[in-house]
Amino acid sequence: MEGSGLGKVYGDGEVIVQQGEIGDCMFTVQEGQLEVVATHDGRGEVRIGTMETGAIFGEMAIFEKEVRSATVRALGSARVLTIDKKTFLRRVQEDPSLAFNLVRMMSHRIRMLTEQVGERRVGGERRTSEDRPHTDRRAGG
Amino acid sequence: MTGPLNDTGQAREQASSSGNGAGPLELMDGSRIGVVGGGPAGSFFSFFLLRMAESIGLDVALDVYEPRFFNHRGPAGCNHCGGIISESLVQMLATEGINLPSTVVQQGIDSYMLHTDQGDVSIQAPRDEKRIAAVYRGNGPRESEPTRIAGFDRHLLDLTKTSGGNVVRNMAREITWHGGRPRITSTDGSSQDYDLLVMAAGVNSRALDLFSDASPQFKPPKIQRTFICEFRLGPDTVREWFGTSMHVFLLDIPRLVFAAIIPKGDFVTLCLLGDDLDQELVESFLDSPDVKRCFPGSVVPPLACHCFPHINVEAAVRPYGDRIVWIGDGGVARLYKDGIGSAYRTAKAAAKAAVFHGISTDDFRKHFWPACRSLDIDNSIAKVVFAVTHLIQRSRFLRRGVVRMTAREQQRKGSSNRMSGVLWDTFTGSAPYRDILLRTMNPSFPLTLAWNVIAGNMPFGNARQKGEPSNGG
Repeated sequence: MEGSGLGKVYGDGEVIVQQGEIGDCMFTVQEGQLEVVATHDGRGEVRIGTMETGAIFGEMAIFEKEVRSATVRALGSARVLTIDKKTFLRRVQEDPSLAFNLVRMMSHRIRMLTEQVGERRVGGERRTSEDRPHTDRRAGG
Repeated sequence: MTGPLNDTGQAREQASSSGNGAGPLELMDGSRIGVVGGGPAGSFFSFFLLRMAESIGLDVALDVYEPRFFNHRGPAGCNHCGGIISESLVQMLATEGINLPSTVVQQGIDSYMLHTDQGDVSIQAPRDEKRIAAVYRGNGPRESEPTRIAGFDRHLLDLTKTSGGNVVRNMAREITWHGGRPRITSTDGSSQDYDLLVMAAGVNSRALDLFSDASPQFKPPKIQRTFICEFRLGPDTVREWFGTSMHVFLLDIPRLVFAAIIPKGDFVTLCLLGDDLDQELVESFLDSPDVKRCFPGSVVPPLACHCFPHINVEAAVRPYGDRIVWIGDGGVARLYKDGIGSAYRTAKAAAKAAVFHGISTDDFRKHFWPACRSLDIDNSIAKVVFAVTHLIQRSRFLRRGVVRMTAREQQRKGSSNRMSGVLWDTFTGSAPYRDILLRTMNPSFPLTLAWNVIAGNMPFGNARQKGEPSNGG
């Protein structure tokens, strides 16, 4: 990875954002690949997805006073640039259209999540309907 | 740009006939936009206009007149600029989805090294990462190797093309008005009529002079001569002696306003700003011991490439009219800093006005000019900031205090960084000059500075600052 580029270089597995931490910035992937993982109720880590060059993440910390919802770490070597909350919000006041790309990206993520939830529901119902005959067979057996 | 001067009568015709018989003064499906100049202002405008138009389902055609490919080394492909993308602009571009790949960024900058005759002090970037981009506007200086260099202007122009813009590889030779619409005639003799003409030619382009009467009330900006040169040192020497720092100089040299050395791969770029800048001032600067000791063996190497480009130091008058708008440094730019950031702001403001409001004089006055006026007002404050900087340059007594205060802040990480922050933002152009001035008015700032000036000038404290390296490596 080029050492001359912008941002900071993270090694394979190095954590950029830790779930549960308080954040005051968002990030863009300048080069490389990142993975997003999360744990719920102390159970094992679940991979939520991966991100490539150009992706923006950590934006929820800009708009909400909540802790980071997931951990993001480098998959191989990756270069990531920080975008300061203060710089971003100040510029958005002057030029609201600055948020357009971010809104578009968040809209895309909501669409993806909706599709995933839909697929899981359908999968769950399919499993339930597949289970029923099985239960029924057992009952009848 | 070559060609005959525009006929002022045609400009008057345009003024009197705008909107009359030329259709409504707004962009509609099928509208055509001509952009003269494919530097950052022209490319930013094209990118944003096409993106905004697409977002509301507006189908327009856009031509950018730019004869250069920005892939020649030396002057032919160069836009004569220091090539610094400020910290705030890097972040804004990333938010907009415009990333700068490492082929474009010749060196990410993570710190500033302030050189004075009272010592050197390093000011680190706020988040321990490279937040400023040093780029070549063209394809590198004369003598450079062509490999791995991608010019910033070429990168943005490619973005225009992928956004749906058409790049016309011809110079605009003449601008005339026909039926209230602008017509661009190229050097190959072909002519095209447009609904909107965007003048994105910079202050170093002859187009600004040639086409300055394209709108009756437009008066070009006032300009000042600067000096830019490149030294070829090789990557290892650049890394060892200049590191990832931009080196700025606060030296008591008559007429010198600002000087910086920026590392870029095999080369370092020197940028000088000064009053009536001439060869004598350049030589005075290069002869300074504080400059010489930045180079190996305290010897300034021969210049690989140099130029005396102009910068905008006072805004243009009425850079807009019916169906015409001037963006970039042909209109308004931040004083001494962040010229590319100014291009981004004015280009985006013009694109927003054109797509969402209209292309009349009144639309640009209401929706484009405020962005320019904000820069212009900030430039008035900048004059105060630079007057204070000038005072510090002239006074060894004050320089000792500034260096002492900054060095102590940098040693105590996590403590207040009042002076470091002020210097960082003044040198990087990351914050409006108004913010910088307001921060210095916090009562604790002058009090702390006063203490450091006194302590720095005491017999035990006036030695050259020790413990700071003389280079960024």
